[in-house]
Amino acid sequence: MGHDAERAVGISRRRFLAAGAVLTAGAALPDPTAPRALAQTGSSPLRLGFQVHRTGIGAVYGRWYERTTMAAVKLINEKGGIAGRQVEIVAEDDGTDPKRGAEVVEKLATRHKVDLIFGTLFSHVVIGSAPRAGELKVPYLVVSEGYHVASGKLNRYVFQPGITDVRAQVTAVAPWILKNLGKKATLIFPDYAFGHDHRDFFSRVATAQGGTIRALVPIPPTETSFTKYFPRVPADTEVLYHVMVGPGVLTFVKEMGEHFGTRRPQIFGFIDSLEGVDLASPGLDFLEGTYFWEAFPRYAGPNTPTHVRTYRERVGVNEAGASLNDPKDVSTFSHMFGCWETLYVIKQAVEKSGYKKPGPADYKALIETLEGIQSFGEGLEHPQGPKRFVGSLHQVFGQQVISRVQKRRLEVVHRTAIEDSMYPPEADYTKQPL
Amino acid sequence: MEGGRAVLALHLGVLGLLGALQFLLPPFHHGMVARIMVLAAYAIGYNLLLGYTGLMSLGHATFFAAGMYGAGLTIQHWGFGVAAGFLVGVVGALAAAFVVGVVTLRTVGPAFLIVTLMLAQAFYLATLYFNEITLGEQGFALAGLNVTLGDWRLDLARPAVKYNAALAVLAVCLLGSLALVRSPLGRALVALRENEERTQLLGYNTYRLRLVAVLASGLTSGLAGVTYTLLFGYVGSTFAGVLYSIYPLLWTLLGGAGTTLGPLIGTLLMTYAVDVASGITDAYLIVVGAVLVAAVLWAPAGVVGGIRTRWARWLP
Amino acid sequence: MDFGPHLFLALLEGLVGAFVLALTALGLSLVFGVMRIVNVAHGAFFMLGAVVTWWVSTATGSFLAALLAAPVVVGAVAILADRLVLRRIGYEPESTIVATIGLLYILEQVVLMTYGPYARPVAAPIYFRIDFPWFGYSGYKLVVAAVAGLLLVLAWLVLSRTTLGLYLRATQQDREMAQTFAVPVERVYTLAFGVGGGLTALAGALIVPVQQAHYLMGLDALLMSFVVVILGGLGSLRGTVVAALVVGLSDGVISVLFSPTLAKIVATLLVALVLAVRGRGLFGEEAA
Repeated sequence: MGHDAERAVGISRRRFLAAGAVLTAGAALPDPTAPRALAQTGSSPLRLGFQVHRTGIGAVYGRWYERTTMAAVKLINEKGGIAGRQVEIVAEDDGTDPKRGAEVVEKLATRHKVDLIFGTLFSHVVIGSAPRAGELKVPYLVVSEGYHVASGKLNRYVFQPGITDVRAQVTAVAPWILKNLGKKATLIFPDYAFGHDHRDFFSRVATAQGGTIRALVPIPPTETSFTKYFPRVPADTEVLYHVMVGPGVLTFVKEMGEHFGTRRPQIFGFIDSLEGVDLASPGLDFLEGTYFWEAFPRYAGPNTPTHVRTYRERVGVNEAGASLNDPKDVSTFSHMFGCWETLYVIKQAVEKSGYKKPGPADYKALIETLEGIQSFGEGLEHPQGPKRFVGSLHQVFGQQVISRVQKRRLEVVHRTAIEDSMYPPEADYTKQPL
Repeated sequence: MEGGRAVLALHLGVLGLLGALQFLLPPFHHGMVARIMVLAAYAIGYNLLLGYTGLMSLGHATFFAAGMYGAGLTIQHWGFGVAAGFLVGVVGALAAAFVVGVVTLRTVGPAFLIVTLMLAQAFYLATLYFNEITLGEQGFALAGLNVTLGDWRLDLARPAVKYNAALAVLAVCLLGSLALVRSPLGRALVALRENEERTQLLGYNTYRLRLVAVLASGLTSGLAGVTYTLLFGYVGSTFAGVLYSIYPLLWTLLGGAGTTLGPLIGTLLMTYAVDVASGITDAYLIVVGAVLVAAVLWAPAGVVGGIRTRWARWLP
Repeated sequence: MDFGPHLFLALLEGLVGAFVLALTALGLSLVFGVMRIVNVAHGAFFMLGAVVTWWVSTATGSFLAALLAAPVVVGAVAILADRLVLRRIGYEPESTIVATIGLLYILEQVVLMTYGPYARPVAAPIYFRIDFPWFGYSGYKLVVAAVAGLLLVLAWLVLSRTTLGLYLRATQQDREMAQTFAVPVERVYTLAFGVGGGLTALAGALIVPVQQAHYLMGLDALLMSFVVVILGGLGSLRGTVVAALVVGLSDGVISVLFSPTLAKIVATLLVALVLAVRGRGLFGEEAA
């Protein structure tokens, strides 16, 4: 702070006065209600690099990640910004490609000199980009739900504070599936690391609780037609567990319906199989009565709390989780809240740590502050629900939701506790040097 | 060979310029140029086949990725050092090139294109199929790589190390390709491109020539793949996909197929076109597309090819 | 599922896939054969056909209208591309590849900006589910296969029985000779490119109710069409169809015996080996 004032003296009287005003307000900095006018004249904006999938297979998610981010930033700025500074988003498309992803991290850090980088979703882009973030020593907050951060494979600069990872999701919902839908399970999942996390962690929980895995059906990520996979589902399967990602998801679910018809087993899917897809799409009627994991209920109902309604309004989604402007434009509701919550985590960490500008000292303070945080309370800042943050894992844990398809809508039938999703840690990033 | 000295001086000058640039470039462009130099080495490898032998491949990602996986997997799973990983990667690329070379020996024209494409698809699918080892699409990161020689330690994360390592690899590939195309072997390859039957009549074993060309091309591309992995710390099947076979084709044609400097210029132009356009507009792919269409309309032989036709016939 | 029904399903799926693939590849085959150029934007035409179908059928509520509009729109785009770019570069093979890659980027980005990144569904015009004793199957897929077969026969009739077909075949066999016999070669080229684009769009339109329209759907179509056209032999319609059957059925059957990824690897290597041994494809002409 002193440094800012000194620099300002050399520039102009007006800037000096402005900086003085911030100093005065310094004591009240963490207060989000700091007057707006003061925040705007007070200091330079906080510039956040946003690595976004505008093109490539992640584009549906990217579009909604961007909308959610912009809505959160607008709200944060209306209420005085972060530490009295307005927030500016520097967005850059990575084409959902790991090579371009690494370039984007470089560009954001070294050319745009952003304060930190956030927002990446697809695992291969995260894993391709994270080493560069670590080398450039810039905090990199992903919204990916992959088990890459908490597994310890990445580095001290990478965090996932806004969304629960896949291992935690599976650990939380598996007992419910076994208890309510059946003990003999067959899993259909994409044949790469994200799908393998589902396979491994579900199998682990299921077999420990007396269930059996009847068959594993991996589907290569290049696949566009799925009919030939369904014969691999054994006839005595009681519950079919599915998770798919990418543009082929609707085909997948439709062909599953065509194959099984009314002779279907119980079906439990991860909403990833239908993110960005209208549940009322032609060919999806057979989903009636099946179950889905959701992170955050897509359909609003009479029990939806006020802060969630405010969140939905600000992001611009209707009661069915589609865009207010175009009801055919369905959101990725169970993932995009992660951007919103990550921005509020950034706000909290920046304000608590006294972060000012890019550089080793301020980053150290920021990272250590973030690692010291233990929980986030439910509210407009964390609309999806309360969360526990484990600093050594750099990973957040939240509640999970199980919904049932009823009249082409998803109705919540069960909500897990945060504890249900916790697993024994396999990493400790705080031991790595900064 | 009057132009011989001038040509060598030109190539050394280009490398010298790139060497000097590292002291002038701001950090961002420093990193960009380092990456471009590695990818340019890839394109140079591609050009050996397309430009000088007349074989259009759509499967070069196999060589790049073979280098990448050779180095990455041994470092990741067996704890190999950088030097050992490098060696395995290069040998892996060479082995891949040998297989591709032998299988495609008798194919010409579009059949060569498709056979290389098919083999590359098979390789790509194999990286997905063996995902327990390769981690498939998601891939894995290599961190904290360094080279130690006694007390002397080179940390590959340092920008200056990246830049100069990339420059060294580019220099080897560029000068190597120059030496090759000016050697009797290179001239035989060009003869093969122009007229296979006549080359045969002249007493050349055209099958052996082609195999050598595929090996040289695959080795160079693999070298680029190994370097990319070691410097940028990521291994994943995206790099084995068809798009990464199309890229070097694009860079080479844009810069000028059959010119030694063309691949470098093409890679530089294309990478910056994508970067600058994506800073200006979301629709940067339209800009890239328009650049490509404009290039074929007004510079059909590529940038360097165009310069050669118009002003400098001595360019190799 | 038992081996028998499983194999039956794989054959059924492979056969349907083969017909769709043959239709998808037909446009590329025509362009490749007549003009001797590789159209990398072929997949983009397929995608554009699917997207136009979504638009028209959503706007008018009529799938039939969409089925008519898609080839017309895409054919027009193709003719435009031919006139503005390809003709000017004299159909030079390498330049054509670069130019069509450029066209591919432009088309994909335009679709992304206007239509969006979504995979949007279109309801099938005729929808029924066939309930076999062991599994169910989409009736529409069988309809698509039948329509594709019909279109292939039609294409064959046009090529073998009409003046247009004569012109196309003459140009394909010997461009200069055709010119001396007063075949308007330039117009034939433009027409071939337009018709090729239109046919491809038709395949895209038929497949939308099964696969949805998505701006990146072209790559797979492009790769598979490539394989089929070249495996079948340059410029041989019969070859293209036979190759599509070989690829479709072998992929289906091998996927019963092995894991589908392994099946794809095996099928891919098979194609590579066939071509490596017989470079001009199954039915290609000697001088390819």
